[in-house]
Amino acid sequence: MCSVCGCGTESLVADAPAFLKVAAGQSNPGLSQTRTIRVERDILSRNNALAGANRRRLREAGVLALNLVSSPGSGKTSLLVCTITELGGRWPMAVIEGDQQTSNDAERIRQTGVQAVQINTGKGCHLDAHMVGHALERLSLAPGGVLFIENVGNLICPAAFDLGEAAKIVVLSVTEGEDKPLKYPGMFAAADLMLLNKSDLLPYLDFDVDACLASALRVNPRIQILTVSARTGEGLRAFYAWIDGRAALAGASAPMATDRDRPG
Amino acid sequence: MHEVSLIEDVIALIEQERARQAFGRVTVIRLEVGALGHVEPDALRFCFDAVTTGTIAQGSRLEIELIPGEGWCADCRNTAPLDDRFGACPVCAGSRVSITGGDALRLAEMEVE
Repeated sequence: MCSVCGCGTESLVADAPAFLKVAAGQSNPGLSQTRTIRVERDILSRNNALAGANRRRLREAGVLALNLVSSPGSGKTSLLVCTITELGGRWPMAVIEGDQQTSNDAERIRQTGVQAVQINTGKGCHLDAHMVGHALERLSLAPGGVLFIENVGNLICPAAFDLGEAAKIVVLSVTEGEDKPLKYPGMFAAADLMLLNKSDLLPYLDFDVDACLASALRVNPRIQILTVSARTGEGLRAFYAWIDGRAALAGASAPMATDRDRPG
Repeated sequence: MHEVSLIEDVIALIEQERARQAFGRVTVIRLEVGALGHVEPDALRFCFDAVTTGTIAQGSRLEIELIPGEGWCADCRNTAPLDDRFGACPVCAGSRVSITGGDALRLAEMEVE
């Protein structure tokens, strides 16, 4: 009997990869109780299904979710604090913070008056859709709001895990190498927007901005790039305008549409 | 190391399969790993025993089939083997290459008793 589907013919596995033929041999009655089950399922399907559920939930709530990714220390939390402080009156906002340990970042966000949920991943190197789904249960998400998800500082693993966000924003600071997009292309390819942060430090560094932008565009010709400084505020108006555009696209900022000029 | 959570996802898929068709234990797990994907086969093997201990997959053997990378070039309209996720077209050296194969990570099949 065919060990693949039990259909009673040997011919189905004739052109199969070598390991299937071995499996077919092992299924001979009397030799072994072993049988082969074809599964053919994407291993990330569980995460992707949960991410899909998160995305539906956010869409129904009219919330724009943005997933911030970077290496540790690029300034994600500082950028969020600036954004919340500047735009707090414009959109209802909430933050999900992912770190291996501590709730330091969530506490920094809460000091601005915005609700924040901390996820500690322990040994894990990234947030996944399951964790974010449970974090969503702990937040009250207002229609027309913006949810920022600050991922674990890691330029590799978070690229593979959809959380249900509308877009990924990758933050790169000028104290890192300008070739980082080429060294960690997965993340830059997955992002819609790159924020080149800590621009106030450029006069003290040999960082080649043009080479960095060229690196990012090489791995992702569609990526949008803004040079910003959370410290001086340089470039942040353009970032706020980008969020505004995304919120409008998501249909999440309709109540605020008449207030478009204030922060931008 | 996200390979740990990927093996956990494999175990979850196996549990789902067991809910559909009864079996006692899993002896072999066969994964297809795309050469251009986000997964390092050695890292999967490294954590496999530790993660499967105490689960339906405890004691099973992990077999990995590496699926070669393949891309389609919008410049020369060829499909060609691709070694690098963000590499140039191996035919015309163009940069407008879309990945058409070797990007997935799948539980292909398993042997059970």
